[in-house]
Amino acid sequence: MMRSRWVALQEGAVKVIFFACAAVSLATTAGIVGILAWESFTFFRHVSVWEFLAGTEWAPNFDPRKFGVLPLVCGTFMIGGGALALALPVGLGSALFLSEYAHASLRAVLKPILELLAGIPSVVYGFFAIHFVTPYVLQPLIPGTEIFNAASAAIVVGVMIIPTIASVSDDALRAVPRSLREAAYAVSATPLEVSTRVVLPAAMSGVVAAVLLAFARAIGETMAVALAAGQTPKLTLNPFESIHTLTGSIVQMSLGDTPAGSIEYQTIFAVGLTLFLITFVFNYAGQRVLTRFREVYE
Amino acid sequence: MSATASMFDARVARRMRLGRWFAALCAFFSAIGLIFLCILLGRVAYQSWGWLSIHFLTEFPSTIYPEKAGMKSAIWGSIWLLVITGGVAVPVGVAAAVYLEEYAKQTRLNRIIELNIANLAGVPSIVYGLLGLGVFVRALTLNRSLIAGGLTLSLLVLPVIIIASREAIRAVPRSFRLAAFALGATRWQTIRAHTLPAALPGIMTGVILALSRAIGEAAPLIPISAITYITFVPRGLSDPFTAMPLQIYAWSDTAQVEFHHLAAAGILVLLAVLLPMNALAIGVRAWHQRRKAW
Repeated sequence: MMRSRWVALQEGAVKVIFFACAAVSLATTAGIVGILAWESFTFFRHVSVWEFLAGTEWAPNFDPRKFGVLPLVCGTFMIGGGALALALPVGLGSALFLSEYAHASLRAVLKPILELLAGIPSVVYGFFAIHFVTPYVLQPLIPGTEIFNAASAAIVVGVMIIPTIASVSDDALRAVPRSLREAAYAVSATPLEVSTRVVLPAAMSGVVAAVLLAFARAIGETMAVALAAGQTPKLTLNPFESIHTLTGSIVQMSLGDTPAGSIEYQTIFAVGLTLFLITFVFNYAGQRVLTRFREVYE
Repeated sequence: MSATASMFDARVARRMRLGRWFAALCAFFSAIGLIFLCILLGRVAYQSWGWLSIHFLTEFPSTIYPEKAGMKSAIWGSIWLLVITGGVAVPVGVAAAVYLEEYAKQTRLNRIIELNIANLAGVPSIVYGLLGLGVFVRALTLNRSLIAGGLTLSLLVLPVIIIASREAIRAVPRSFRLAAFALGATRWQTIRAHTLPAALPGIMTGVILALSRAIGEAAPLIPISAITYITFVPRGLSDPFTAMPLQIYAWSDTAQVEFHHLAAAGILVLLAVLLPMNALAIGVRAWHQRRKAW
């Protein structure tokens, strides 16, 4: 009798503890939203939301101070777009090769390599961008490339998101039923036609999700961008100039001499909130597309 | 018959040739990762040549004498952070995964928790740094300490551990649990004695990947540590700290060329830890998939 009561007590306690652990994730989200909103609120008491969102100059440390976030958003999207332009063909090509062409044994080698690529820290990519890509690849090819430039950051961020695109797309391609491929082969389509006109369209929602998730990752990428892209906030579309980004400005302000609590310092939270909202939209859209496509094939 | 065959030109040879080109292109694309990895490692090894010595591991960083500088404080900082993150994130993450897989019913709250974890996994790491700054450094007044950094990294890798552990637990066949229940085991006894041991290799893969991510991350530590030249070894949880990726960042961002060699040497040390960890995680999973009994 005593023993069974002890067991029942243990059961109940374990369940409560485990639930508390699962609830930590809710607390984390609440913490993120709460901190960003609260600290941004103190920022927006001094700087109007309109000035922040529509201003075209970012100069929090100069006099007169300017708090327009658009140049940072511009820089961030330029790097994200460039990274995607590189990673989408490469990632999708890899996924097609892995799912449609590669033999199982080759696949068993290539997939782990992609994972190793994903395991290399961002700061290492940043080092490579600034001390190899820019001086030995970009500057010889395109004269006039500045030491800090968006292109080198976009290239390494592109490599960083290849694994995301390749593995999410690969899952989607492999979820396409075999019967679709066989039907196409039966009417004498070549492997190329099967891959690009049957399998790819059938897996399109997975590819879209891969792009959305990878783009969110590229937007939030920090160390590589902070090292390679520069700290010159400007509205430009020239990728060979020094620019500034949302994440880069948080790093710059955190490591600089700006006293904590000043309005300049509070920009890290306003910029952080902007970054969080942008990545949330892309991540959420990506997740939604993913769950929808799962429903189609299961 | 022959008339229709000659009228219809299937151009098979051309289509097959085009297909071969496309296959070759895709093969090349999937090799780009490997090519990039080789160039990167080669470049870093070349740039660190002659700078990676025993002194580099046992000396403190210096802003004046690059030839005497080392990353002792950064190595110890990373070890501390690894221990804290492992100690906090692993039990909490596995427990959360067990709850979601073994206890949670399909209620609204549990669905929100699941969706929330998927979204947390996509939050940029620097945002976690701002969370840590706001909650641990300021609100809980832990200041710019190791424990604040370690807890921030724990929150960062928690979704990784939860997602991997859930997959591992879900892969354990239902019959394992039913057999235990049939013998009168309670839910917790079943989990402890059967489900978790069977899911252990999968959980370990996730844990190793999560910890290697924690060691390599600099972004979430930047708002928290805010300094990179620390010339002492932290002695306790409340001490200020630096970490290997922070030190590498600082050296990479310096104008003097000598420091770039130091950064390259630091990267080699960091990768000498991370690449084997990642390989181990991949190896554990491959080994488990081959030998599992179900």
